[in-house]
Amino acid sequence: RAIDEDRKTKYIAAVKIQRWFRACRVRAYLRHLSKMAVLIQKWWRGYLRRKNFRDIVERAYFIKKLKFYNEMAVRIQKMWRGYYVRKYIHNFYALKKYLEAVSVNNELVRSELQEYAEMKENEEKMKDLEKKEKEKKYQARKMHYLLSTEQIPGIYNSPLRKSPDPMELLLRKSKPLTHRKQKMESSFADELYDWPTCKKPPAFVTALPLLPADRQKPQGPFRDPAEVLRQRYKPLEPTLRVRESMNSPPAKAREATGREEWRSPIHDKEFLPFSSYHKNAEKYEPSLCKSGKYGREAYGTKHFREVCPKKWIANK
Amino acid sequence: NSGIVCLLRPLLLDVIPSIRQTAALALGRLADYDVELAEAIVKAGILPQLICSLPEENRYYKKAAAFVLRAIAKHSPQLAQAIVQCGALEMLVICLEDFDPGVKEGASWAFGCIARQNAELSQAVVDAGAVPLLVLCIQEPEIALKRIAASTLSDISKHSPELAQTVVDAGAIAHLAQMILNPDAKLKRQVLSALSQIAKHSVDLAELVVEAEIFPVVLTCLKDSDEYVKKNGATLIREIAKHTPELSQFIVNSGGVAAVIDCIGSCKGTVRLPGIMTLGYVAAHSENLSMAVIVSKGISPLCACLIEEHEDHIKAAAAWALGQIGRHTAEHARHVAIANVLPTLLDIYVDTRSSEDLKMKASRFVTKKALKDILQKCTYLPALEPLLHEAPHNIMKHVIGQFSKVLPHDSKARRLFVISGGLKKVQEIKAEPGSLLQEYINTINHCYPEEIVR
Repeated sequence: RAIDEDRKTKYIAAVKIQRWFRACRVRAYLRHLSKMAVLIQKWWRGYLRRKNFRDIVERAYFIKKLKFYNEMAVRIQKMWRGYYVRKYIHNFYALKKYLEAVSVNNELVRSELQEYAEMKENEEKMKDLEKKEKEKKYQARKMHYLLSTEQIPGIYNSPLRKSPDPMELLLRKSKPLTHRKQKMESSFADELYDWPTCKKPPAFVTALPLLPADRQKPQGPFRDPAEVLRQRYKPLEPTLRVRESMNSPPAKAREATGREEWRSPIHDKEFLPFSSYHKNAEKYEPSLCKSGKYGREAYGTKHFREVCPKKWIANK
Repeated sequence: NSGIVCLLRPLLLDVIPSIRQTAALALGRLADYDVELAEAIVKAGILPQLICSLPEENRYYKKAAAFVLRAIAKHSPQLAQAIVQCGALEMLVICLEDFDPGVKEGASWAFGCIARQNAELSQAVVDAGAVPLLVLCIQEPEIALKRIAASTLSDISKHSPELAQTVVDAGAIAHLAQMILNPDAKLKRQVLSALSQIAKHSVDLAELVVEAEIFPVVLTCLKDSDEYVKKNGATLIREIAKHTPELSQFIVNSGGVAAVIDCIGSCKGTVRLPGIMTLGYVAAHSENLSMAVIVSKGISPLCACLIEEHEDHIKAAAAWALGQIGRHTAEHARHVAIANVLPTLLDIYVDTRSSEDLKMKASRFVTKKALKDILQKCTYLPALEPLLHEAPHNIMKHVIGQFSKVLPHDSKARRLFVISGGLKKVQEIKAEPGSLLQEYINTINHCYPEEIVR
């Protein structure tokens, strides 16, 4: 029995050793297999990769180039856009110059307007002053009787004063006012109202101001305004006789004949300047046509030959 | 009133012309005095009788008849409508063709009163063919006639662009432009108002007005001694400036902005209003133009207006104009802030908050918008600090926002901020966490070391 167990243990040991050895072999074999598989895969993969390598490299190169170009392009665009905007769209220096020009222009305008305002004020003042002067002169003329004489000093020339009052001087200068009422001046001081009576023609006589060509002519039988103005302001062209002076030979010759005529007058009535002298001396003799049997005839004053009241315009 | 109209009626048909004239004159004076009398006259059917015999009558009758029509038309649109329906317009046109300037004046004044009421009546006046005759009236030498014709044209063109176009087609602009040079003040008022009514409707009309070469001449009107001439001149410039940036540019180039600014400085009251609005419109178009306004020293008169004026709408207009100037970039806001405008604006805003009046609401809205616009661009911290102490909550948000934008980058400003007590004030403000205000406060606090914050 010890031998059996011995045999068993040897058998089991042998099996163990064989088992272990086979396992080693199998493992070595598996290892070998996997090494082979890896080798094959390695070579296959390398081959595939090498096949695609060119493409990949080309693509990578291409992408790199593109990126580079993009960046360069961005740089160029950046510089160009900066330049363009700064020069044309938001030109700082031009803006500054413009603003300076605006302020200079403003100063000009302001000074001009100031001058204009001052001028107007001066005109107003001058007008006022002139009015006052006129008033004063008129008053002086009215109060001419207040002037001082040799004997009696006037109000404005008191003996205590060193020199006479300016009012006194004004009184001395002014003519006495006649009893006849002075002509009322027109109250409108505007130049426009002077126009119908102004002596010199307005500047635009020859060429009319810019009226539109299709302007409706004012209604009525009016002559062409240019013609009218030309006629109104026609310069005086006196005849030869009028133009000559009084002392030239033809004038003197005329004088001689004038003297002859004076010597032998046709009618006897003298010229007497004072009308009141005539009133009692002469009486009016009515003409034969107008004196009828019973006094003055109405013809010539109350009625004439032809009368047509319907055609009269004045009463309408 | 008690049967006077019925008594006068047979007198209108009397044989003797001077009785007719006097009756018409009496009717005119009655109608002038009171609305009810005018209505009574219309109801009594006198108008057809008045009008039917008009072409054969003499000029005094025509003048009196025109006076009656004008006196009736000026009270209300219905009366004016009644006049038009009686066929008065054709007769008035016949009066306009008369030789006597007094008759023409009466007729154009009547047209003016009718056209003033509303747009349909103006259209009726234009359809009757009055506009070319009015343009002829303007060229007459009598000043009173020119005045009335200019005011009628202004009344006609104010209602709609088509009417204004009709007036322009009759060639009115050239004559009106020539008359700006006239020394008479009332005439200038009417002419300027007519041109501004024409220019206000559209860009083309405004360009037509500008092409009539009014520009340096209108600026002399702004220096006139009469207040209303200045006002109307400023209105004209405003109507031109508001359409496009090019027109505003043109105005700036011809020095108009300087003249308007001087005008604002020299006047008081409502006369300033169109000038202020002109500046606002010019500045609103573009930042170059608003810079031009700033360079022409525009801000100080506007600020003076804000402080001195008591009228609500003028203050609102000045605030709006300042808002338009300051809202473009930080430079503009800085110029506005330097002029010490912001505290004034804030005062107005806070002031008007307390009253519930409708008008005040409008000015409050405008001031708020102006404040907001300027604040959003303002980086000038010394001006912002006084606001920090006084502002109500919604304004505070913007002020602190601006601080939070500037402080992280500028160390000197940080120092100044602490010294002036601003940081302490910021800590005192309570804001809901997560709100914008809290974020701004956090940003500011991050700029400083912890010890200072506590």
